[in-house]
Amino acid sequence: MQVGLLGLQGAFLDHIPHLQQCGVSHTVVRTQADLAAIDRLIIPGGESTVMAKFLGEFAMTAPLKACIEAGMPVWGICAGAILLAQKVDGRPGALAALPMAVTRNAYGRQIASDTHLLDVPLLSLYEYPAIFIRSPRIDQWDADAVTVHARRDPDPVFVQKGHIMATTFHPELNPDIAFHRYFIDL
Amino acid sequence: MQREQINKGFAEMFKNGVIMDVTTPDQARIAQKAGACAVMALERVPADIRKDGQVARMSDPSMIQAIMDAVSIPVMAKVRIGHFMEAQILESLGVDFIDESEVLTPADESRHVDKSGFKVPFVCGARNLGEALRRIDEGAAMVRTKGEAGTGNIVEAVRHMRAINEEIDALNGMDAHQLAQAAGSMRVPVSLVKQTREMGRLPVVNFAAGGVATPADAALMMALGSDGVFVGSGVFKSQNPPQMAHAIVQAVIHYQDPARLVEISKNLGSAMIGLENDALAVKMAERGI
Repeated sequence: MQVGLLGLQGAFLDHIPHLQQCGVSHTVVRTQADLAAIDRLIIPGGESTVMAKFLGEFAMTAPLKACIEAGMPVWGICAGAILLAQKVDGRPGALAALPMAVTRNAYGRQIASDTHLLDVPLLSLYEYPAIFIRSPRIDQWDADAVTVHARRDPDPVFVQKGHIMATTFHPELNPDIAFHRYFIDL
Repeated sequence: MQREQINKGFAEMFKNGVIMDVTTPDQARIAQKAGACAVMALERVPADIRKDGQVARMSDPSMIQAIMDAVSIPVMAKVRIGHFMEAQILESLGVDFIDESEVLTPADESRHVDKSGFKVPFVCGARNLGEALRRIDEGAAMVRTKGEAGTGNIVEAVRHMRAINEEIDALNGMDAHQLAQAAGSMRVPVSLVKQTREMGRLPVVNFAAGGVATPADAALMMALGSDGVFVGSGVFKSQNPPQMAHAIVQAVIHYQDPARLVEISKNLGSAMIGLENDALAVKMAERGI
């Protein structure tokens, strides 16, 4: 299995130790051609404006959407979740693959970034210290299509629709590999 | 400990990106549109600070606020070395990151800000491993080379990045006694030196800064192991700022692809005017060691 790491900007290299522990190989994806060589894709944390801009400029948006529509598993983290959302701050999202609406930086600037203890029964994780960094908030979602696996108070923070998953926090900054294991089994 | 993890984690999000100096909301919007992953709000870019030769201080909070309001990407701002009061003011203002910077005139010649007491993260400059580890020990969540700001001359940034890499490599051959000696001479805990050796790199995100003027400069620093690049005067002192900014961001993404760098480097107009290091009246890199 070849896990792609979208390498346009952000914390994509941070996933490598987790993937190595899971025993799967990875490749950094920076071009349209790179997309053909992967079985699944992690869209990392970073700046969503930068990633969305260069997905467009490097003519990767449409091919990536096609891969996702064809069933390629994809996991968006923080900025990645923003890219996957159908609506971002009331406007259409870059990949529009998850029927949900998000607000960027909804919890505030870096001063407000924090760790929250989450229960994720799906992964048998309880009081998991999830790191939220200038994170988006999932405000609306299609409850028939999207499963909510974890919440921070009322807000969904780990959601899934079939082969597409999104976390608004950063499992790559935590040594636990439960989220990576779950993703590579999708 | 938890705050430290959150702040170091935030720095991870800047990686493989470009952070640009901006002096107005319009420049901030140009930087964001060009693909900057953050902006540094300041009243004068380093090239002008160098030319004016006056005391350079923290910027007016209203000017920083206007930039925070103009863009959705993170906003950093600078304080003078050791000026913990400027840092408290910027933390209270709500900037996302503070640069305790040698580009401003130092406020304290013997101490840096004790960064561990702050909620907001700090980035600091370093010329070598000792400076980098001292800043990390003081609580910096991110390090950058000092380079020589405002010169458009990459030579000092290269010197500092190579020095840090070579000193980390040298830790490999050391026994316990030598490691303790190295920690002593760098005035940092031996645990931090051991952690650096185990990781084979600085234990925080390390950007290049100070002299980046072209896409090729940015790609060079990435190839030398930088996690990303700060561009100070290099964008808005060039002939064509939006194009130069956009080209430098692309060069950081595709630094391993010379064929793409050819296209990225074409028709950008003139880069900022560069200064020879030997001719400088002030060496900013010598501040705050």
